[in-house]
This record gives sequence, C-alpha cells and structure tokens, in this order.
Amino acid sequence: MSSDGQRPAHLRLSLVLMVALGGAVGTAARYGLSSVVGPSEGWPTGTFVENLAGAFLLGVLLERLVRRGPETARARRVRLTLGTGVLGGFTTFSTLAIEVERLAAAGRPGLGLLYGAVSVAVGVLAALLGVVAAARHHRRGRR
Amino acid sequence: MSVLLVALLGGLGAASRFVVDGVIRSRWTSAFPVATVVVNVSGSLLLGLLTGAHLFHGLGSTVFTAAAVGFCGGYTTFSTAMVETVRLVQAGEPARAVANAVGTLVLCVAAAAAGVGALWLAA
Repeated sequence: MSSDGQRPAHLRLSLVLMVALGGAVGTAARYGLSSVVGPSEGWPTGTFVENLAGAFLLGVLLERLVRRGPETARARRVRLTLGTGVLGGFTTFSTLAIEVERLAAAGRPGLGLLYGAVSVAVGVLAALLGVVAAARHHRRGRR
Repeated sequence: MSVLLVALLGGLGAASRFVVDGVIRSRWTSAFPVATVVVNVSGSLLLGLLTGAHLFHGLGSTVFTAAAVGFCGGYTTFSTAMVETVRLVQAGEPARAVANAVGTLVLCVAAAAAGVGALWLAA
C-alpha cells in the first residue's frame, strides 16, 4: 500500500479533485436552474426548490450507502463525488442567508423570517423523507 | 462564459469545504456537527462582504456572480446541514437537532448581515 493510502481523505489530492469536479457540476446546475426559476412575489423560489431537492437526494444517497455496510473505496468515491461534491454544491446556505437579509433590508423582514424558517423546517423533513425512503427501499430489496 | 466561471469557482468552493471540514473534524471531536456550522457561517459572512462590495463599492457583476454563486455556493451546503440534523434526531438528541437547524440559520443570517453592514459603514 502506498503511503498516500494512510492519509486522511481531505489531504488526498485524488479525493479532493473528485469533490471539486462534483462541486463544479452541482454549482453550475444550480446557477442554470436559478436563472430559469426567478423569485415569485419576493419568495426566492429557485434557491428554495434547489435546497429542498438537494436535502432529499442527499438523505437518499447517504442512507443507501450506510445500509450497504462498511464503506468500500468505491462507495467512498460515490459519496464524495455525488454527495459532498454535486449535492453539496447544488445546495447553498450562504445564498439562503443573504436572501433573508436582502428581504429584511427591502422592508420585508417578516417574509424573510418566514422564508428562512420554512426552508430549514421543510429542509429537515425533506432529508428525513429521503432517509426513510432509502431505508424502506433497502428492506424491500432484502425480503 | 459566466457558467464556466461559476462552475470553476463552485468546484474550488466545494474542495475548500471538504478540506476545512476534514481539518476541523480531525482536531475537534464533538457530537455536534461543528465543522458544517463553521463552513456555513464563514461562507455566509463572505457572501455578505461580497454583496456589500457589489452594492456600495462598485464590485463588477461578473466577478460578483462568479464569487457569490460559484465560490460561496459551492463552499456552503444546505443538504449536509439538513441530513446532519436528521442524524441528531435519530441519535436521540432532539434538542441538539433543533439547536443545529435554528442555530445555523440564525448565525448565517447574522454573518451575512454583518458582512453587508460592515461594507455599508465603510462606504
């Protein structure tokens, strides 16, 4: 085994590059989708939809991988490229935060607060739904 | 053109998140997902500063979009924060789960506002 194999994942260039590649794809996809789905009535629909979809999909992905047992090298590549990279890049907390701030600065603090609170509450539910769906799918597959 | 710049900086942002997350995790063992909180709050502060620079100091739209949507978007993550909250619930830590979800939101909005405010004051 090479000495590289002993290093922590975040210091291995090949794994960092996988995350970067996935992140480039996910971020570009969000940029494309946001330019199509604009805000409606001040509500940042684009970010809202992207964040909820990404939270659901990450729940599905991570639960599926966990259910397969101890992580293989291939499973780790999938987790880092699709999970940490693509879905991490596709979703964003900074844009959510600045959208709340901008709504408040534009004299609509109530709408900003509602948008932030609903994003997080429904976001947790979406991730939970993804985890539960993947767990059920796994159990069905074993019967 | 701009989509390529966004993708490039998005990749750089995601790679930075991976490294920062790994460094924090290797030094700080905690039942609480501290690393993701640090990433999201620092990325929100940076986006607040960029927004302030764009609004009050003439930072150009192309650079602003690439850095805001690309780097800050790739660096911060909503999906990981949400799944980590679910994991805290599953671990029988509902109070920590709520603290993580609400705390991340409050700290990120405060950081973004502080960034915008600092550059507004400096204008």
